[in-house]
Amino acid sequence: MGKSRNHFITNSIRIKNEKIFLNKETVLSFDSEIGFPQFLKDSYKKLGLKYPKYHKMDSLCKLGILGSSVLLKDQNFDADTALVFSNTSASHDIDLKHKQSMESIVSPTVFVYTLPNIVLGEISIKYKLQSENVFFIEDKFNAELLWDYSEALLNSGKVSSVVCGWIELKNEQYDVLLCLVSNNGEIPFTKDNLEELYKFENE
Amino acid sequence: MMDILLQEDSIISPLGFSTSENIKAIKAGISGLQFHENSRFEKGGYYAGIIDKTWLADNFSKIGDPTKFTKLEQMMLLATHSVLNNNQLDLSETALIISSTKGNIDLLDNPQNFSKDRASLNSLAKIIQAFFGFKLQPIIVSNACISGGLAVAIAKRFIQAGKFNNALVVAGDRVSDFVVSGFQSFQALSAKPCRPFSINRDGISLGEGAAAILVSNMKREGDNISLIGDASANDANHISGPSRTGEGLYKSIQQALKEAKLSSSEIEYVSAHGTATLFNDEMEAVAFNRAGLAHVPLNSFKAYYGHTLGASALIETILTKHSLLNNELYPSLNFEELGVSKALNIIQKIKNKELQTALKTASGFGGCNLAMILKKSFNG
Repeated sequence: MGKSRNHFITNSIRIKNEKIFLNKETVLSFDSEIGFPQFLKDSYKKLGLKYPKYHKMDSLCKLGILGSSVLLKDQNFDADTALVFSNTSASHDIDLKHKQSMESIVSPTVFVYTLPNIVLGEISIKYKLQSENVFFIEDKFNAELLWDYSEALLNSGKVSSVVCGWIELKNEQYDVLLCLVSNNGEIPFTKDNLEELYKFENE
Repeated sequence: MMDILLQEDSIISPLGFSTSENIKAIKAGISGLQFHENSRFEKGGYYAGIIDKTWLADNFSKIGDPTKFTKLEQMMLLATHSVLNNNQLDLSETALIISSTKGNIDLLDNPQNFSKDRASLNSLAKIIQAFFGFKLQPIIVSNACISGGLAVAIAKRFIQAGKFNNALVVAGDRVSDFVVSGFQSFQALSAKPCRPFSINRDGISLGEGAAAILVSNMKREGDNISLIGDASANDANHISGPSRTGEGLYKSIQQALKEAKLSSSEIEYVSAHGTATLFNDEMEAVAFNRAGLAHVPLNSFKAYYGHTLGASALIETILTKHSLLNNELYPSLNFEELGVSKALNIIQKIKNKELQTALKTASGFGGCNLAMILKKSFNG
């Protein structure tokens, strides 16, 4: 596989420690005492998202919607934009909720979220993306896998751009990096640049 | 583009512990679906395809200690073992690609004799990796019910990109209380063994199974089956209901045909997803009609196995491969009368027919869809 010739990280977002960053600039920042559920609620409000479906989603999907809303705002991308996501805990957060509900009444609206790729479906619906989806499970952030697979998709001509990244949630600890990769931008799409974006605010 | 071959394979299911045993059962019209009593569910139980634990452990004891591995691990290790056993692969450069939706999910709050983290997909991958000594870090795909097929497509894409020459793809999922309770909450479980595409269908039957296949760029002598086109596409419509227009499935079929440089008239057999829910089968019928495939012989294997989730698309890809190799079309079990709004040519009796090209499709929660085109060629 050759080097990335003309693919760039057009935009990137990071969600961690009660903060949301766009291209390393702070977009939102909350007090560390805020707590995860409130962070999800207040971020939605402050970003001015008018998407009532958001409130019905599980937390992993909420993180995905927050992240993609900041990432894709005012960007040009086609319906053939692929989603290449990864994390380590799959849908652990909602799995626990479903498991607890098995003691009493199981809800289909909880169960449907017990797959990590549902967040890809939610983002596809919001942005009308009818393209390639994949959800990889990894021990830890793996820039090489994301880079390799995204490059393979872009070079195959099957997709015109890719949103790739990491969306981890376990025990209310969250860690998100999403990158829009396309032909436009300043930052070359490389493993090292992905790694560097992930390490930012992660020291 | 580099030719990608589907080589040795193995299926572990209630129908048998090798691909040949599975095909023998299918030809005999045997289903793995049985009624399983379970007091925590409505009607005192459900129809499902469940592997007998003792039978599995007996077979597994030839390669390892069954007390040290979960049922799912035993299934996936057995599948992998039989593929590796027939090949001299260098495991320092063979990729391991794993597909599962829920892995060992029943260990989540009740780890039994195992450590608590054994419920995670990463642990499952490490166990398979360590058992055989794969050196490359395993790649894990968890993308709902298209996972098993998507893992094969991913192997192809990485091989064509030059990342490795051989990939062992292994898929597995179990019938867990976790999953049964969820599908029951959707009212999606059939009261009888499932009846794909049939007018009296009323939902899915679940099943458990594992499968493994070697995906390679090395041709063998004789007949070879290549994966010549593949694509996935999201419906962008609903996370649990399929698109009424079959949008994502239609798109993925078009994309896969484009890559394969084929027209739909050249497809001789369709191995459908066919879960036997009202909406899924209807959606597929719409998509296949839009794609010009209404007259192509088509089946669903779900009434033999139940829906094996992250394993289903791999099990069915392997069966599709052997349909091509054997020049045989297998019946869509439990089909009575067409119950979708568009015409389909459902296979009702086993048929011998010279076959070259087949389409395998799958669809899943999250609105995901997958299409793969398999082609036979002779290398002599």
